[in-house]
Amino acid sequence: MSYHTSIWPLAAVLISLLGAIPIMLSDRRPNLRESWTILIAFTKVMIVASMLPTVLNGGGFVFTIAEVIPNVPIELRVDAMGMFFALVASILWLFTSLYSIGYMRALDEHDQTRYFASFAVAISATLGVAFSANLLTLYLFYEMLSLSTYPLVTHHNDAEAKTSGRKYLTYILGTSIGLALPAMLIVYSFAGTLDFKIGGILAGTGATPQTLALVLILFLFGFAKAGLMPFHGWLPAAMVAPTPVSAFLHGVAVVKVGVFSILRVIFHIFGPDLLFEVNLGVVITTIASITILTASLVALTQDNLKRRLAYSTIGQLAYMILGAGMLTAAGMTGGLLHIAMHAFGKITLFFCAGAIYVAAGKKYISQMDGLGRRMPLTYLAFMLGSISIIGMPPLGGFISKWNLVIGAVNGDQLILLLVLLTSTLLNAAYFMPIVYRGFFAKAADPVFDEGIKEAPLFCLVPLLATACASMTLFFYPDIFLRLAKLALFP
Amino acid sequence: MTTSNLHMYVMAVPLITAMFVNMLGRISPKYVAPLTLGALGFSSLASLGVLRQVLEYGGYSYTVGNWAPPMGIELVIDPLSALMLLLISVVSLLATLSALPMVAKEQAGKEHLFFTLYLILIAGLMGLVMTGDAFNLYVLLEITSITTYGLIAMGKGRAPLASFNYVIMGSVGACFYLLGVGYLYILTGSLNMADIASILPQLGGGAAVATALGFILVGLWIKMALFPLHGWLPNAYSLAPTGAGLLVAPLMTKVSIYLMIRVMFSVFGADYLFVQNPLVQSGMVWLASAGIICASCMALAQRNLKRMLTYIIVAEVGYMVGGVWLANSIGMTGAILHIVNDALMTLCLFLVVAAIAYRTGSLEFDNLRGIYKRMPITMAAFTVGAFSMIGVPPTAGFFSKWYLILGGIEAGHWEYVIALLFSSLINAVLFFRIIEIAYFDGRGEQGKIQRDEAPLIMQGPLVLTAVALIAIGLGSGPLVQGIIKLALPAGF
Amino acid sequence: MEDFLAIIVAKYNYWLYVVLMMIGFYAMIGKRNLVKKLIGMNIFQTAIILMFVSAGAKFNATIPILNKYEVLKHGADATKVVNPLPHVLMLTAIVVGVSVTGVALAILIRVYREYGTLEEDEILEKLGQ
Repeated sequence: MSYHTSIWPLAAVLISLLGAIPIMLSDRRPNLRESWTILIAFTKVMIVASMLPTVLNGGGFVFTIAEVIPNVPIELRVDAMGMFFALVASILWLFTSLYSIGYMRALDEHDQTRYFASFAVAISATLGVAFSANLLTLYLFYEMLSLSTYPLVTHHNDAEAKTSGRKYLTYILGTSIGLALPAMLIVYSFAGTLDFKIGGILAGTGATPQTLALVLILFLFGFAKAGLMPFHGWLPAAMVAPTPVSAFLHGVAVVKVGVFSILRVIFHIFGPDLLFEVNLGVVITTIASITILTASLVALTQDNLKRRLAYSTIGQLAYMILGAGMLTAAGMTGGLLHIAMHAFGKITLFFCAGAIYVAAGKKYISQMDGLGRRMPLTYLAFMLGSISIIGMPPLGGFISKWNLVIGAVNGDQLILLLVLLTSTLLNAAYFMPIVYRGFFAKAADPVFDEGIKEAPLFCLVPLLATACASMTLFFYPDIFLRLAKLALFP
Repeated sequence: MTTSNLHMYVMAVPLITAMFVNMLGRISPKYVAPLTLGALGFSSLASLGVLRQVLEYGGYSYTVGNWAPPMGIELVIDPLSALMLLLISVVSLLATLSALPMVAKEQAGKEHLFFTLYLILIAGLMGLVMTGDAFNLYVLLEITSITTYGLIAMGKGRAPLASFNYVIMGSVGACFYLLGVGYLYILTGSLNMADIASILPQLGGGAAVATALGFILVGLWIKMALFPLHGWLPNAYSLAPTGAGLLVAPLMTKVSIYLMIRVMFSVFGADYLFVQNPLVQSGMVWLASAGIICASCMALAQRNLKRMLTYIIVAEVGYMVGGVWLANSIGMTGAILHIVNDALMTLCLFLVVAAIAYRTGSLEFDNLRGIYKRMPITMAAFTVGAFSMIGVPPTAGFFSKWYLILGGIEAGHWEYVIALLFSSLINAVLFFRIIEIAYFDGRGEQGKIQRDEAPLIMQGPLVLTAVALIAIGLGSGPLVQGIIKLALPAGF
Repeated sequence: MEDFLAIIVAKYNYWLYVVLMMIGFYAMIGKRNLVKKLIGMNIFQTAIILMFVSAGAKFNATIPILNKYEVLKHGADATKVVNPLPHVLMLTAIVVGVSVTGVALAILIRVYREYGTLEEDEILEKLGQ
């Protein structure tokens, strides 16, 4: 694979970082500020898309920002795996920007400038993670993401938001400094480099299986954004943030950055062969399986819609790690694909939750009886999103889950198959009642519900669009599939 | 030997200017600022020249008054001392910019006295990093200490008392150092560091050499406030006038660590310290680790920003001492890089302290509510400084910590690795606690908080330092390869 | 015991300085009066100064003031003169010590003006209020 030196990866990362400046400067003119946001989001998608053909042809781009440590520069590199994630993130950011405008204006939120500026920095960091050429660069952007999302979590400025913000930072910073950083240093002291390389860099460095196991566990828990239990507690807490934040950051960017980091480590630091050789896949799959089942069970008990979605996310994230941990071709492909498939599905669900809150002011599932008849389009999208997450055709989620199932079978890991099937049932059990009650149950407060209409267009259009996209991905998963294959088996 | 004597001007100009500041400042305080800034500006440029010269042609030694060593006093200009020289002059220049309005406000009418001491202190620090003579080092150590006592005693309230405690502790430290030098002199009959270093191996160790080393090190540890000898520092630094804290806090402990490195490797040699006494070596790493953890915990208990920072300084001393005693080149690289980074980080945070003190007069946490709205630029710089202290990439603090931890891993000193990680986490708690108070509290009464930034002369160095923290972080590759690799003591 | 006494007698001057140093140290740590602490510090310094000075001493040697012409003609006999270098160094050390004492006394005057006392207990009591 050949990489051209190019400024484009840097441009893709920087545009929204620099974009935060005009956003902050147009503090007093909301229309101008929002135009900036959309302009930047759109440009970003364009830049990322412009690099797509080269990547699909097996090429890539590279840009070195600074030489900081021997053999470890701060470097951006666009490869298939990074492109995969960047594409998902930048497209969904565009939708989220539109949605944010509708949501924030409808609720007349305070400090919108801080909100949009932090958001712009966060998406920069996300793309930075996607395009990182080595672990140090990834760590840099990972931390940048943690810090830029802190003001978003604490957006409401009240006691609850502050408590959640504290919890968020404790989990995320605590694990990244306390676990991921030493793991990275141990890797560096063995391999002398941190470069992401197909097949890994740890093979043949003389690290004992015990050390490898320790490093792997440090990484799995150190990237706590992936929400592997027991380091998942920040995600439900972070749900106090405004819904677009939950939707994009805690449904897509932040959590997927965690998963993406772990997958990078599994694929390009350890290498599947090394993990297979020392039989460490089972460590990954065990932790992931426990998380999947526990999170799904907990999700059943949540009445707050966003919290239920949060627990669902925790479970789904573990799917991706489970897939990677199977160490079979189909399993790894499925794990990677699930990043995209879940992203489109889950963001739809969060958008719907937000739309319901904007239109009806309701947060709890028990109050949403009969709401589907008032907001049929929102509920339709919600249903499509649920089906995608459950993993049934004709939605995108099916493709990734199918690959996971094949991966489990190919690897003769029947117990994992059982985990997948059980969890699918649980997914259905916590999503379907919401849809059912929305359409068929009798409204609890018919008089009040009379006045409820669909959310504003700025909210409604993005959520319908992502729902449609989710369905499109079932029929045309081609680009993502090719990128995943390129990333894993070049 | 080169004939260049640029480094003499670096030191002499502040020293001579100190006299003029005292005389002309009596006539009118308006002479103080241009004189001080001019002298330090010159020193900064000249020390940059010295560093370039050293990097290009290698280090050299200079004999004061043309008396050949070992009789005469020798100044040693090698990459490490040239780097320290640059650090001292630049940090003091930036600190002075901010100290000028601060002193005019806090010590009105005494500016000339304040800046006389201030400049002598800077000249003393510069002398310390250059000297190659063990007794000369003692004299310069006392020059810097006496000026610091005076500067601290100019503070209000309890400051004289804190300063007196510092006098007692500092003198004990200096006496210990002198005692150790006495031992060395009796053993070798020389005071020149290089000369002692060439004679010592012939003596083959023994109790007397060990005692000399012990006295010298304990003396320096008191001066650098290494845990558990740090008792004097928090009071002295937090009660010092803000203007004095700006200079003293970033530089004093760092220069003492430089002195420790100098004495350890230019006099005793790595072989004697690490190979012949492995127990002492690992004991020191343990002590430094304990110091890092204890000082971090004590910082948690503080409710005043400046006091909290003083405990962080004590913890940071543990970082560098541990790094030096790890006895490998990565740890040593980390320690030297951290001297530079920590000086700038501490400067950044103390500049913030000065800016806040200038506007609000109080640094209690309770009074920092909503300060982000009031002083956004100051607090943005604070955030950068805080991130650097926590060790968030790409700020400078991350990279020195990287080398230090890596050194700890290579040396197998896991207690040191854990102490560093622990202290990073505690720093995160410490600083986010302030960020939370300063950012989110008191936003209820939004309309009331008006923007009220510190004057430009205070903001300038602040922003510059914050930018430098990121620039040094990103440029740490060339910095390490180009300068610090050359500055490592012989044997690394 | 005999050996121990022999060691002490052989280098009795150094042992005296150790005693002196301990007295000074005790005063710095144990005394509650700030001036006494300062005096303790001075005793401590004096002990070290004396140690240096006696390092330069020799039996049957005289002061290092020599006749220039004699020296040029016959050379100097190093065993006949005491080593002047430690004395010179200690002159500097005395100057340093005096400066420190001066600064410390000035600080104590400020402390006295502030609290009206130099007893540490009383100052701490006043601070407590």
